[in-house]
Amino acid sequence: MNTTASAVLLTAPAAVPLVVAGAYALPRRRPRPSAAPLAADVIEARRQQSAQGNVLVAEAPARERAPQRHPLDWAGLLSPVVILVCGSLLAADVVDHGPTASYSGLLRADALTAWMLLVVGAVALIACGFAPAYLAVERSARRATEQTVWRYHVLVQAFLAAMCLAVVTANLGVLWVAVEATTIVTAFLVGHRRTRNSVEAAWKYVVICSAGIALAFLGTVLIYYAARQAGIAEAWALDWPTLVARADRLDPAVTRLGITLVVLGFGAKAGLVPLHAWLPDAHGQAPAPVSALMSGVLLSVAFAAILRYRVIADAALGAGFTRALLAGIALLTLALAAGLLLAQRDYKRMLAYSSMEHMSLIALATAIGSPLALTAALLHIAGHGLAKSVAFCASGRIQQITGTTKIGRVRGLLARAPAPAGAFGLAVAALLAFPPFSLFASELGIARAGFAAGAGPAWATAATLLLVLVAFAALAARTARMLLGAGTGAPADSSSSFTVWPLLLGLAACAALGVGTGPLTDVLDAAAQAIGGR
Amino acid sequence: MSGSLYTQLLDLACGGFLLAAVIVLWRRELASIIRVFALQGVALAAIAVLLGAHEGRGDLVGVGLGVGILRAGLLPYLMRRALTVIDADRRRYSVAVTETRETQPLVNVAASLLTAALLTLLAYAAARPLTELHATPATRALPVGLAVVLIGFFVLVTRRRALAQVVGFLLLDNGITATALLATSGVPLIVELGVSFDVLLAVLVLQILTTRVREAFGTTDIDDLRELHD
Repeated sequence: MNTTASAVLLTAPAAVPLVVAGAYALPRRRPRPSAAPLAADVIEARRQQSAQGNVLVAEAPARERAPQRHPLDWAGLLSPVVILVCGSLLAADVVDHGPTASYSGLLRADALTAWMLLVVGAVALIACGFAPAYLAVERSARRATEQTVWRYHVLVQAFLAAMCLAVVTANLGVLWVAVEATTIVTAFLVGHRRTRNSVEAAWKYVVICSAGIALAFLGTVLIYYAARQAGIAEAWALDWPTLVARADRLDPAVTRLGITLVVLGFGAKAGLVPLHAWLPDAHGQAPAPVSALMSGVLLSVAFAAILRYRVIADAALGAGFTRALLAGIALLTLALAAGLLLAQRDYKRMLAYSSMEHMSLIALATAIGSPLALTAALLHIAGHGLAKSVAFCASGRIQQITGTTKIGRVRGLLARAPAPAGAFGLAVAALLAFPPFSLFASELGIARAGFAAGAGPAWATAATLLLVLVAFAALAARTARMLLGAGTGAPADSSSSFTVWPLLLGLAACAALGVGTGPLTDVLDAAAQAIGGR
Repeated sequence: MSGSLYTQLLDLACGGFLLAAVIVLWRRELASIIRVFALQGVALAAIAVLLGAHEGRGDLVGVGLGVGILRAGLLPYLMRRALTVIDADRRRYSVAVTETRETQPLVNVAASLLTAALLTLLAYAAARPLTELHATPATRALPVGLAVVLIGFFVLVTRRRALAQVVGFLLLDNGITATALLATSGVPLIVELGVSFDVLLAVLVLQILTTRVREAFGTTDIDDLRELHD
């Protein structure tokens, strides 16, 4: 691929959401001549979404006391589509020709980048495809005004841009800036409803995540210091490929301190102990599509940073250090999540704790570090992203129908609202790692890799399986209680304002990944190789 | 600038930097805490300018001036504005609660100061490998940055007023910037810009959230935020 094409492919995933965010921000202000290109962009986006709009009409039959249509809500789908297209083109390219870089190495795509872009794009497609119906109900229930909906769109698009920047950059400093930017942008999405609960959740979220991620910056500074002392020039001392290539020359003591801080800091964003306390609150209070994005991809984008640093750490310190650190953190997180799942009374928080459970599985797989384990971890990132985003979207609809997030007040949902309840049930089944969903394959892979990796990892894996069983029981019992039984209320009219296709698409993709990775096999293998699974 | 004068000035600036963090622990009036925080920003800028002058790097002096404007000017201004809003409200409704004072920190002042001493010792112990790697006057002062990071964390955990927590977060951030400056004469410019921008936005977000917390809970006492728990 020539340099211009790769520069465009690397820039577009972050730039297009930013442009869409700008376009959403503009129309409310006075239209100026200079705004013309952006306005044209919106019109273009509107034209592009009309095909999707037809699908919606086809699935939502004519008997609608339908809330008024808001076609601009669909313009948000432009960004996920662009991210997916760029991700697939980059994936095809890096498999054939190896990593590409542009802007003198600032943006760089290897197989891990392509894989993460695909996951971000797919989850964003689910969340942005579900959002218009969700927002329509919020509008008609007077929980959202035109202004808050515009702000919602601007923030979600900026959020996507920040995540994509975090994925495509090769500079560890810019990576940190992008991850911290996601915190700032999502703060207002968490506090969207301005109730006591959501303000409290937003406060905790910003304080804990910002302080946690500040630690990651301190760690980044220490790595930079070690790199400078190892004779790497200032311009390249935060460049990931350079650091990996010359990691053996980094001072071990300084690197150890730096890596510990980095793992704790980015671990805060990834929902790992000790700085995990924000996660259930934020995921429970954010609007459903935002919860889907935060849980489905933000956690794994932050974890991808840990994956990058692990390569440096293993080359500089040997595999033992990060293995012990990550395995310890994974087990503690899992024990905490399983324990709190047992006592859970709120289904959105239940899903949040299930995210912590799955992130700890990914952390454990990273700790094991064999090629099989890393491949399974990457597959788990994708499967968890798809299944969890479907579960959160469906839970948002359930909350709109029942008016509560308490598990105890929801009964017989399958009889009342078959579509959202069915999607929720299938998504939870995927999260419980039932075949054919891909989480079955990845958890099996993690377990096999764990038992093959020697005594220490085998014990950790055994303990993990036991804790996963506890989480399984808690999640299954609560979901069954919500879904099954005789319906209490009148059957809810679910078809008029519920978009099923994004959720079905997500579940189908998750199941397809479980049956076989198909054309993605090459990029998955290459990604596992790029993060050290040689 | 002669070597010994440079070392003395650098140590003076670092000493002032650490002292400001300790005084933040000592004071309870939020207005004076913000004033001390601004002074710490000046000390931080002085460290950057000294390093830049010593190494003859104009860009570092520029970074120092930028850091000074942000940490000693803009951020204290934003916090003072938030404080004025709270204060004006208090006068209007003549509420008895003192929102502008840290009335009951979780740890009292004497214990806080003792903890600060312990944290400084801890920072010196933890920074040993950093200093040994490349011993210069600047890296020998590096534990000061780490000590301020730890003190910032301590403030963040033990203070109950929303604004006092914001100050804790900013102390943490000042400490990290100082560490970066002392260890490596600062991170590359693009990262420095991004970090400063992020910090500024984070403070703006926290300021807006402070207002919302007060609207929703009627106080900025973070201890009252206990509706979400398991």
